[in-house]
Amino acid sequence: MNAPQTNSFRNGPDERGRFGIYGGRFVSETLMPLILDLEAEYGRAKEDPAFWAEMDDLWKHYVGRPSPLYFAERLTEHLGGAKIYLKRDELNHTGAHKINNVLGQILLARRMGKSRIIAETGAGQHGVATATVCARFGLKCVVFMGATDVERQKPNVFRMKLLGAEVVPVNSGRATLKDAMNEALRDWVTNVHDTFYCIGTVAGPHPYPQLVRDFQSIIGKEAREQILEREGRLPDTLVACIGGGSNAMGLFHPFLDDTDVAIIGVEAGGHGVDERMEHAASLTGGRPGVLHGNRTYLLQDEDGQILEGHSISAGLDYPGIGPEHSWLHDMGRVEYVSVTDEEALAAFKLSCVTEGIIPALEPAHALAHVARIAPKLPPEHLIVMNMCGRGDKDIFTVADALGVGL
Amino acid sequence: MTRIEETFARLKEQNRKAFVAFVMAGDPDRAASLDLIKGLPAAGVDVIEMGMPFTDPMADGPAIQLAGQRALEAGQTMKDTLDMVRAFRETDARTPIVLMGYYNPVYSRGVDTFLAEAREAGVDGLIIVDLPPEEDEELCLPAQAAGLNFIRLATPTTDARRLPKVLTNTSGFVYYVSITGITGSAEANAASVGPEVSRIKAATDLPVCVGFGIKTPEGAASIAGIADGAVIGSAIVERIGRGEPVDQILTFVASLAEAVHNA
Repeated sequence: MNAPQTNSFRNGPDERGRFGIYGGRFVSETLMPLILDLEAEYGRAKEDPAFWAEMDDLWKHYVGRPSPLYFAERLTEHLGGAKIYLKRDELNHTGAHKINNVLGQILLARRMGKSRIIAETGAGQHGVATATVCARFGLKCVVFMGATDVERQKPNVFRMKLLGAEVVPVNSGRATLKDAMNEALRDWVTNVHDTFYCIGTVAGPHPYPQLVRDFQSIIGKEAREQILEREGRLPDTLVACIGGGSNAMGLFHPFLDDTDVAIIGVEAGGHGVDERMEHAASLTGGRPGVLHGNRTYLLQDEDGQILEGHSISAGLDYPGIGPEHSWLHDMGRVEYVSVTDEEALAAFKLSCVTEGIIPALEPAHALAHVARIAPKLPPEHLIVMNMCGRGDKDIFTVADALGVGL
Repeated sequence: MTRIEETFARLKEQNRKAFVAFVMAGDPDRAASLDLIKGLPAAGVDVIEMGMPFTDPMADGPAIQLAGQRALEAGQTMKDTLDMVRAFRETDARTPIVLMGYYNPVYSRGVDTFLAEAREAGVDGLIIVDLPPEEDEELCLPAQAAGLNFIRLATPTTDARRLPKVLTNTSGFVYYVSITGITGSAEANAASVGPEVSRIKAATDLPVCVGFGIKTPEGAASIAGIADGAVIGSAIVERIGRGEPVDQILTFVASLAEAVHNA
């Protein structure tokens, strides 16, 4: 290990699990010993070559890594400016970046002797990835999903069931992703001895934001090597979409100290980031608070009650964001912007017809911002965008939004 | 001494156990909730725990989740909750009030502002579920400096190694969570909780009250038999959810109080 650089953006979190004032361990006493155990086990695993050897093997042969870095030639031509590369994490087994992290957590669960895995899911991608890896290792899997999302995402619910998982519809609160996370925490606090909570994004109590980031950083590490090989230099701009922010953190982290690389995170602007609060843009439309184990920017009312996010993408409508993003926002290292439902839909269609790639609605948000900035940039400007998921799951939502009956 | 410390000292002198009752502030609405809270001391409640409603009560079971939702739907705000404490204090200067809830509504108001307002309103202590000792600088230490007790939860997962850390900045009393789980779930079992309470009492001079999973006067009596007090919440707020009138709920509360006091 190299000595940490003092002026690095990559040193966090500190020993209290903080990125600046964000992060931390805001959990009930019952869970505190469990997250301390997890922190200790992750500390050991991280230094264990056998752990990473197993990860690398699974990433390569089970997930299909490395994912390609693809020059989007027709998209570049169409937009008429910067040269656009797509990091093709939608080609992973299960169709999104989620599995990168799930594999790491399940290997940790196995090291800790846990036999029952729980997870929360919104759109169902993290649920499917968790169910998949649990099937691969013969572990019991229970996925909590808001009843509203169970209704909206039937194909993924069926996929999880095919993979042997139990899907528990959550009716408490507003019956969406944050309520699913509440219910997963309630289950964990009840089943402390045999259960491992596999969190799907770079949020939750320390050490989750750190370990999920570390597992997802494979995206940025590969992209860095691939662009150096293709272009002989680093990119000028990185773009990724953000719900909780795991695909973005995975792409961004290996580049944070390359200060010539501009980094842009794209939040879901829903119907527009204004006082109606019909969006899921925690950084551009929220303020710091404490939820689900960490301090971070949250959508909340003036009395500290949490608001529901809205986005056409069920994977982005979470009222919070990973704490490291909150810190990078305050530090000004990463620029955070938002894109509306309508703009994301236009980008979705653009990707289909120019590149023959049906993107998930989440990265369609990132692409919408690429489409905004690329035309104004010179041809030698290199953009790397994370195509973090494929759109099979979204065709019903898109058909509905376009007024097409299937 | 705070009202909490005075109350436990008095009960000890009388060789009586404490009955701690939880109700959600503003459930089902402000007026009915205030009537209920004002009636609790006469029904035999020694310490009142008032819930501060929150949209995302991660440690609570369905009964208290729904209580919080009813209160929020009726428009309850933090200011309303503090106003209710003030109104209660006009009729009762002796019964301690502990505010219980989650950190975000407190953090959102601003810790210093909240503590000054809470103290001025007549609050005696705080139980904040999502603030373990690792986060003591957030609210626990400022609260103690402001003269409020900070009551910590100890749980079945709080092992011997961790217990001293949990007890260090705790004051007023220790709240032992009888089960791993959420409020209002599995029935607490006095036979298994007893040794745990002894373990905690061996490490502190503070009174130890037991909560989570006490539903009936019989259950309350058996738990009170092995601890310094019993906390009951879900079984009370469920009745509010069923639409029972305040006097009927107070009759039930009195039956619990009697069971605890006779234990």
